[in-house]
Amino acid sequence: MTVDADGAVTAAPGSPGLDGQQGSRAELIQLLTPEGERAEHSDYPLELSADEIKGLYRDLLLVRRIDTEAIALQRQGELGIWASLLGQEAAQVGSGRALGPRDMAFPTYREHGVAWCRGLDPMKLLELFRGVSHGGWDPAEHRFHLYTIVIGSQTLHATGYAMGIQRDGAVGEDGEAVIVYFGDGATSQGDVSEAFIWASVFNAPVVFFCQNNQWAISEPLERQSRIPLYQRARGFGFPGVRVDGNDVFACLAVTRKAMQAAREGQGPTLIEAFTYRMGAHTTTDDPTRYRLASELEAWKLKDPIERVKAYLVRTGSADLAFFEGVESEADQLGRRVRRACLEMPDPQPMAIFENVYAEPTSLLRSEREQYAAYLESFTVEEAGR
Amino acid sequence: MTKLTLSKALNEGLRKALENDAKVLIMGEDVGKLGGVFRVTDGLQKDFGDMRVVDTPLAESGIVGTAIGLALRGYRPVCEIQFDGFVYPAFDQIVSQLAKLRLRSLGHVSMPVTIRIPCGGGIGAVEHHSESPEALFVHTAGLRVVACGDPAEAYAMIQQSIACDDPVIFFEPKRRYWDKAEVDIAGGLAAALPLEKARTVIDGTDVTLLCYGPMVRTCAEAAVAARSDGRSIEVIDLRSLSPLDTETIFAAVRRTGRCVVAHEAPVTGGLGAEVAARVTEECFYHLESPVLRACGFSTPYPPSRLEDHYLPDLDRVLDAVDRTFTY
Repeated sequence: MTVDADGAVTAAPGSPGLDGQQGSRAELIQLLTPEGERAEHSDYPLELSADEIKGLYRDLLLVRRIDTEAIALQRQGELGIWASLLGQEAAQVGSGRALGPRDMAFPTYREHGVAWCRGLDPMKLLELFRGVSHGGWDPAEHRFHLYTIVIGSQTLHATGYAMGIQRDGAVGEDGEAVIVYFGDGATSQGDVSEAFIWASVFNAPVVFFCQNNQWAISEPLERQSRIPLYQRARGFGFPGVRVDGNDVFACLAVTRKAMQAAREGQGPTLIEAFTYRMGAHTTTDDPTRYRLASELEAWKLKDPIERVKAYLVRTGSADLAFFEGVESEADQLGRRVRRACLEMPDPQPMAIFENVYAEPTSLLRSEREQYAAYLESFTVEEAGR
Repeated sequence: MTKLTLSKALNEGLRKALENDAKVLIMGEDVGKLGGVFRVTDGLQKDFGDMRVVDTPLAESGIVGTAIGLALRGYRPVCEIQFDGFVYPAFDQIVSQLAKLRLRSLGHVSMPVTIRIPCGGGIGAVEHHSESPEALFVHTAGLRVVACGDPAEAYAMIQQSIACDDPVIFFEPKRRYWDKAEVDIAGGLAAALPLEKARTVIDGTDVTLLCYGPMVRTCAEAAVAARSDGRSIEVIDLRSLSPLDTETIFAAVRRTGRCVVAHEAPVTGGLGAEVAARVTEECFYHLESPVLRACGFSTPYPPSRLEDHYLPDLDRVLDAVDRTFTY
């Protein structure tokens, strides 16, 4: 692989070569076509039982339902904002299910599907987007770090964590590894390049999982890069691979292989999951201002869930009862998410002063006391009326 | 007791921390074989290995960002930022990540990361090598900010900072690196002042002079010089800039009725402003004059041929002291 050839192909902004699917030399790993037909790749053999595939289908459908419900809750004023994962379910479920229980994941703020795979209660995500907390879960419990909102910062945290794994002697047989999620926009951040450098020179056991959903709010990929993103890894000295991000099989297989390599001490890999943000950047965004409806229509044909359904039907692996069962489970989950969101209490005002330091400082104690007395004065006034 | 330079006292403190806790790591640019550009980490990589004393790539955000990850894994990283003016590339990681992870996790996560920053001027350096950015960090909740002023303080405070479960921004007065004083490196830290307490350097009755870092020596010298004029200056080394030891500050100002704050950092929005506001609020009826400040000007740090004009020296400190007697 040489960057020059691809660079030449993809240099012009708006070049069709940029998306890697229209004649560029960028290779896309795909194990399940949009039509639901199984494809093979010699580097990524994947054997899945019917039950495993049904499990993946269930994951995909349930995380989409959480997402749909959260968008509705935001529209009804129950969440301040929501960052939809619509269209990226396969990238997240495929990679999330490739992780072992001891692996550590560092998400950005859109990784609801990975959170689901790690066993995090979706309510914790709603807490954040409702404004009840800034996250609040224990990263160690599910080995799933807190959502990081500043773009790309978490790539360094993940790399440092991986350096800790090395210092714990936990690389090699039975090793541990880290996966870190970020988007195409984040690849322009200095922190991401620094993380690539650190991971490379220290050979840290970390997998960089970039969901290239083509859009960074309103900015298209060509504003971030003149070459396919996965090819950047070469310049940093480790392998990069592009996978069909709407293909849950391929995302699973490619991530499994990269994580295993990291665990065994072979260092980092960059995975570019080539996908599409079907919805808005967040519920505050209006993508009709900057992208064509025809683009969305084209990607709808590559839907990550439909192709698994088509495969299950085509192979006779699942019957109507299965699909109805998952739908019904999704409905229940949706209702549970909605109810729990509506019942979620606001934090107490004094929570503002908590968890700033290991022990409250005298300054914070005194500000807390003063504010409590101030609030109390209203109660006294009310009572006196 | 051993006579040590401030640089060597820090070195001994770091050595103790590495010996006492296997989770302590040192990371930064040139901290390994070279021993740091000020030799603060001299010999540590040789004795503790390159997995614990890590020469990093040259990117400050990377140093702090990976330290955060190591802390999440249970380590206690001590980052060296080579010079004050190089900390800004790491500012985002410090302010938006390091300082906020405890709150973001509702207390599940601690960030025991110490960030050492040689600070201040007076060494004839080029641009970006003489700054005093402490107020930027004091303004950030979730960080502790401390500054050491002499070798004994440096030795104890660096160990206390590393042992602290909060992130600590640790300022080292670079023009005092070569100052020597007696340090007890044989005993433990049981007798050391807690990290968040201010320290009375010189007792006095007429005016309270608050300072920290490189200004501690300047202010102590000013107090000695003022004796010949019959003026008794109390010098207090704040040590902890966040949180401030307001108890000690208020008690002192209530005794003397006058207060001067001295720091190298620009006067505007500096720590002196914070101290003046709090002292005014809490000691109003004890004050004989406004709180005055002897600080750097509200300008960028000048070329080094002008730094003697910029840095508040003994005379400028005493000038501020004198002015408190004119109201």
